[in-house]
Amino acid sequence: MTLACVGAALAAPWIAPQDPFNPAALDLNQAFRPPAWLDGGSAGYFLGSDDQGRDLLSAILHGARISLGVGLAAVCFALVLGVSLGLAAGYCGGWLDALVMRIADVQLSFPAILIALLIDGVARIALPAGAQDAIAVPVLIIAIGLSAWVQYARTVRGSTMVEKEKEYVQAARVIGRRPLAIMLLHVLPNVMGPVLVIGTIQIATAIITEATLSFLGVGLPPTRPSLGTLIRVGNDFLFSGEWWITVFPGVALVTLVLSVNLLGDWLRDALNPKLR
Amino acid sequence: MRAPLLSVKAVSRDFDVSRPWLDRVLEGEGRRLLRAVDGLTLEVRHGETLALVGESGCGKSTVARLMVGLDAPSDGRIEFRGQRRQMIFQSPYASLNPRWRVRDIVAEPIRVLRLARKAEVGGRVVQLLAQVGLSADDGEKYPHEFSGGQRQRISIARALSGEPDLLICDEPTSALDVSVQAQILNLMAELQRRLALTYVFISHNLAVVSQIADRVGVMYLGRLVELAPAGELFSHPRHPYTRMLLEAVPQIERTGEPRTPVAGEVPNPLAPPPGCSFHPRCPHADERCRRERPELIDAVACHAVQEGRISFAR
Amino acid sequence: MILQAKNLRVEFRTRRGTLVAVDDVSFCVARGEVLGVVGESGAGKSLTGLAIMGLLEPPGRLAAGEVWLEGRRIDQLPHAALRAIRGRRIGVVFQDPLGSLNPLYTIGEQLEETIRTHLGLAGKELRQRALALLSEVGIPAPQARLHHYPHQFSGGMRQRVVIALALAAEPILLIADEPTTALDVSMQAQIIALIKRVARERGAAVMLITHDMGVIAETADRVAVMYAGRIVEIGAVRDVLHAPRHPYTAGLMASIPRIAAGAGRSRLAQIEGAMPRLDAIPRGCPFHPRCAKRFERCLSSRPELMPAEEGQAACWLHASAVAQR
Repeated sequence: MTLACVGAALAAPWIAPQDPFNPAALDLNQAFRPPAWLDGGSAGYFLGSDDQGRDLLSAILHGARISLGVGLAAVCFALVLGVSLGLAAGYCGGWLDALVMRIADVQLSFPAILIALLIDGVARIALPAGAQDAIAVPVLIIAIGLSAWVQYARTVRGSTMVEKEKEYVQAARVIGRRPLAIMLLHVLPNVMGPVLVIGTIQIATAIITEATLSFLGVGLPPTRPSLGTLIRVGNDFLFSGEWWITVFPGVALVTLVLSVNLLGDWLRDALNPKLR
Repeated sequence: MRAPLLSVKAVSRDFDVSRPWLDRVLEGEGRRLLRAVDGLTLEVRHGETLALVGESGCGKSTVARLMVGLDAPSDGRIEFRGQRRQMIFQSPYASLNPRWRVRDIVAEPIRVLRLARKAEVGGRVVQLLAQVGLSADDGEKYPHEFSGGQRQRISIARALSGEPDLLICDEPTSALDVSVQAQILNLMAELQRRLALTYVFISHNLAVVSQIADRVGVMYLGRLVELAPAGELFSHPRHPYTRMLLEAVPQIERTGEPRTPVAGEVPNPLAPPPGCSFHPRCPHADERCRRERPELIDAVACHAVQEGRISFAR
Repeated sequence: MILQAKNLRVEFRTRRGTLVAVDDVSFCVARGEVLGVVGESGAGKSLTGLAIMGLLEPPGRLAAGEVWLEGRRIDQLPHAALRAIRGRRIGVVFQDPLGSLNPLYTIGEQLEETIRTHLGLAGKELRQRALALLSEVGIPAPQARLHHYPHQFSGGMRQRVVIALALAAEPILLIADEPTTALDVSMQAQIIALIKRVARERGAAVMLITHDMGVIAETADRVAVMYAGRIVEIGAVRDVLHAPRHPYTAGLMASIPRIAAGAGRSRLAQIEGAMPRLDAIPRGCPFHPRCAKRFERCLSSRPELMPAEEGQAACWLHASAVAQR
């Protein structure tokens, strides 16, 4: 099921009945069409259409793809940053450890959404209006990533400090391995376990954060909507009768997050050599 | 006479165990230093097995790390005249990386030290595994698939793959069952014969040490109190602590005999007694022992022995 | 007979089937006697102790057998009753003194709570009894020490406190599982002496579980040797240790390094192979793959404990003796 979701999202540009982002293909006359199984619906617009005549199914597929993409990228960014800092802090100790942990402490006192909003806001002010839409995605990724790295760093630092004292690390030092090699080859494989757990949970969180930000209007724009944006757009029409514009993207979001979590569980078990 | 393979000259090692800076300042406390090794001097000769025995807290593990180069002395010098040294650790469970396959674990020293060409590494690993009694197939497995004794064999294979002149063994059999211990000790003895190795064997188990050592050094609170050939030490122990240790070992031969158990216990290493650190527990302690630290003279660090106050009637 | 264990069987239900960790184990301990239960890791000795106390955790369970304490059967009692007996009549000493003591309470509080619960003493009497216990186990300055926390004691002292706690309720059975393993040699000797003294003076039965033959030699009156979940030899300590009847016991004794003045370096006798895993116990005698004296019968049928000179051994080598009786 997970694979179906992910596969569908990735394949969106090819299978969507309509390219929802090509303004030329939009026909305002088709706006506000209800889903196919209700009166007034048509097969061409299977899940109905939104206020600008976009086919909802296509929009959802594309949106899911963006949501997933942003989520994954943000988590990867946070992971790389957090794990590197955590490893370095745990293994080297001393002032590096103290510095990293203080930065982490400061960052933890800000809620993730706030940080993301902050970074996003700064980006919007700093960059010209035309460029804003284009760089929305990278900014979003960095924003979400920066708010999330601390968890990885903390966990990895703790595990690294434990592993560092173990005799196989001592053995590697006796052999003459350099600290960087020891960190990457010996310690890292043994501390990645909890990281993967956090990571998979965080993909879901990142997707939701992104959806929240888009819902609030500071995420992805309507010209390139993610699921969150779609929900926001549809929200305005919820009580005027065109419920499908909000509901279907909402359902899609929930399904996507659920399937990501399941995928994460499976991945963790599969990667543990002791269970093979 | 050949120069010794390893010389330890008046080596001390201090650990800073002070409380966090803020706490110290608030309570007006100074720094706290734990002297784990205190003025140790000895040498390791080619081809011998030198054992270091003592109870917990005597500093023998620290000495092991100093000897193999994992740690540097705070004072004094360590001179190693060989090519390479390797170490075998106590815990069979923590000494092998659980995420690496055995063949990679054993091959690591060869690769890092560039002791063989890439193409030869595989063959060398198989050879080493065979030397310690394991098969080539075992190379494909992960450490958790092996028992404690087998893991120590893997550790030995890894150490040997580094082609060391000196092998430091830190309690290598303490975590093993008696019958497995016998296998490992026999294996180590055989490897020493075949490969002309030199061992430093750290242990708290006097019986094991009596089996495999040529010379034995007894440590107490970071100091060397006696150093003698094994036969000598076990038949004519001189330092009161050595005698106490030997008395305390449960002996199978003396089933059912009543014994006088030893007195007291090892003091806190952070606050060692002044003078001779053993004096609170020593039946022969006098005023000088309380003030003055005995030097290692004629392989014994004890005023009473040096002054001839202890008789060795046997 | 204070303690009688009859045909104990401990099983573990796992994905791969039911594993038998303790198989048909029977023994008894008399008043004032120390029975040593010795074996290597995996032999099932700790599990036997836990089974007797009713402390087996699932998936392990006591699948068969009987445990009799002072003529009363205790293995089938309901939880509450068993717990009462465990606290009052059985004292336990585990390997790790740090884990057995609650770090948040002073040892005085822990001692007094135990005494109060099981002996119903209060006030001055309670304090006197606690002090007496501490003195009995050899803790100097007990008045002051009563108010100390566990972390303020050294390892050896802590183990003494644990023994005091175990004795607080005046038990008739003391079970000690590896009580000296975590201690230094000089501490070991003192604890061994203490356990022996306690057994004599209080007339308690002691079941001493350990892997250390030296400790057994010094402390026990009788010893049971366990292998792969079964008792392979049982008898008086002097007999079993100096004239073992079972090839495993003999191999074990031969592989123990001894301090023999002037012996120097010699090869230790070793037993090839290793103890079988629980899911791969051989048919017939479980020791036969490693036994130099095996013959046909050993491969097919499993030997029970049979008389062998003064003691008993589970080995077909002594079968002829059985036939004669």
